[in-house]
Amino acid sequence: MANLWVVGEINPDGSLARLSTEVATMARGLAEAGGGSATGIVVAADPAPAAKELATYLPRVITITEPAAAEHTWATVAAERIAALVSGAGKDVPGQILIGAGPDGRDAAGVLSALLGWGVLVNATSVAWKDGPVVDMSVFGGKLLTSSGFTGEHGIVTIRPNVVSAEPLSKPGSIEAAPASATSDPLKLPQVAVLERVAEAGAAVPIEEARVIVAGGRGVGGKEGFELVEELATELGGAVGATRAAVDSGWIPYAQQIGQTGKIVKPKLYLALGISGAIQHKVGMQTAETIIAVNRDPDAPIADFADLLVVGDLFDVGRALLAELRARGG
Amino acid sequence: MALQIVVLTKPVPDPAAAAERIGPDGRLDRAASPAVVNGNDEYALEAALKLVEAHGGEITVLSMAAAAGPETMRKALAMGAHRGVHVTDPALAGSDIVTTARVLAAALKELTFDLALAGVDTSDGLGGVVPAAIAAHLGLPFLSAAAKIEPDEKAGGVRVRRLSGTGYDLLEAPMPALVACTQVLGEPRYPSLKGIMAARSKEIATRSLSDLGLADGSVGGAVATTKLLDTSKPPARAATEVIRGSAEDGAKRIVELLAKRRLV
Repeated sequence: MANLWVVGEINPDGSLARLSTEVATMARGLAEAGGGSATGIVVAADPAPAAKELATYLPRVITITEPAAAEHTWATVAAERIAALVSGAGKDVPGQILIGAGPDGRDAAGVLSALLGWGVLVNATSVAWKDGPVVDMSVFGGKLLTSSGFTGEHGIVTIRPNVVSAEPLSKPGSIEAAPASATSDPLKLPQVAVLERVAEAGAAVPIEEARVIVAGGRGVGGKEGFELVEELATELGGAVGATRAAVDSGWIPYAQQIGQTGKIVKPKLYLALGISGAIQHKVGMQTAETIIAVNRDPDAPIADFADLLVVGDLFDVGRALLAELRARGG
Repeated sequence: MALQIVVLTKPVPDPAAAAERIGPDGRLDRAASPAVVNGNDEYALEAALKLVEAHGGEITVLSMAAAAGPETMRKALAMGAHRGVHVTDPALAGSDIVTTARVLAAALKELTFDLALAGVDTSDGLGGVVPAAIAAHLGLPFLSAAAKIEPDEKAGGVRVRRLSGTGYDLLEAPMPALVACTQVLGEPRYPSLKGIMAARSKEIATRSLSDLGLADGSVGGAVATTKLLDTSKPPARAATEVIRGSAEDGAKRIVELLAKRRLV
């Protein structure tokens, strides 16, 4: 039977992370396929807003009110509380815990794995149910897909963004507080204080979650060049991405970097401007549904995996595209 | 007071060689491609080198790897790390995340350090969960996605800028602490010729499972919590359509495709 828990991740304003709505939708499907249940867990100083949101996707949500989560890094605090809830769950112990494969989710998965001794399958691009979760992931820079499972009854799965579309329930689920016995012990793991949360311009939407990404590479040539990339992203309702070369040159913050040492993204549309498509970048974006490239060089590696390659100057084509899109919109 | 820093490094198949494959035993075939120090671990090492240049101290690199691991570790020593600890044991073959974190935690526990630094993830597994698990095993403060590391030796603490989805969080914790490092910390240096020469005589200590007080049967493939079920080639992408001509033609064709796929 599929008895799954979904960890609800929290935005700085206390709302639910978008990725958690996708993970919840996936868990619901697996519970249906495996004849079991999907339950959400929200740990926060004030879990109410995120729990309410998560309950629109799951039939049951358990909340843990943990004041320490407000001024400390969330993952360690949340994972310790969730591990205690698992240990005290008796016959309701979950089979698997699902969580997003973002920075907070990875941290929480690591702590949960250590505290529970459970294995972790990472970066799932899809999950099926066959006597247990069958987890697909993309490895070796996208050259190979693997399907893996757990050897025992329990495990943790981290799920990539944009692999399922979030779908709410027709009727919201119930919300209940965790039994006090599971949450009253003092926290044992050291808590890390958050002194300040700083928002930087140009990163309103985490790039992993964007449906559309317009990305620039070395060919963009400078900070000024990224203004066109940003205008196109705004027009298409997307986020701005970049290659490592563009980030290393200081044209755009690291948060926007896609590729091997940056983010791995799976948007519906990836518009690559002046990006050659070297392996280090390719591994971060090759699973985008539609890839459109603008490049002067018809033999650039991206010519092998784009859906459409427009050979030309990225500024000429970019400006013409902006004009077309605006004409269409107006 | 000088800083003692341990940098966790992992030998991984060189992503640039693109020759990775899975062997008949269902595990990564480590003989198929040349090994390099994992990319994000090099950023961690670079951060450690800069910290030691500023505050004094010493760097130990720690790896859990197959018998050939020290070959890769020499590069880290050539960059300027002072010594290495190589955890290796035939029984570790096929180790999963649970075992890897336990073994590295046991090895780290033997060392004295103010900061332990690790790459935020590795280019072979990409999981990025092992550092957090090690910190939990050892009860160390865990600071992840570091873009800046500032130890305050007088107060015995460390401040870290942790990248968030929309900017960064400023974190503070007492030392010793474990920090997971990103590329924002700065480009790793190339080993100098002098560094390469010096690395030849630097000490790499080997630790087996019994040295760490761990039993053979408690690690490795036999107790793995995860198993590979199947592999497949990703579905091939459709052939690329190439448009040459005026910028306007190109732009029109892009919009047509976007409209067809309901992206505008």
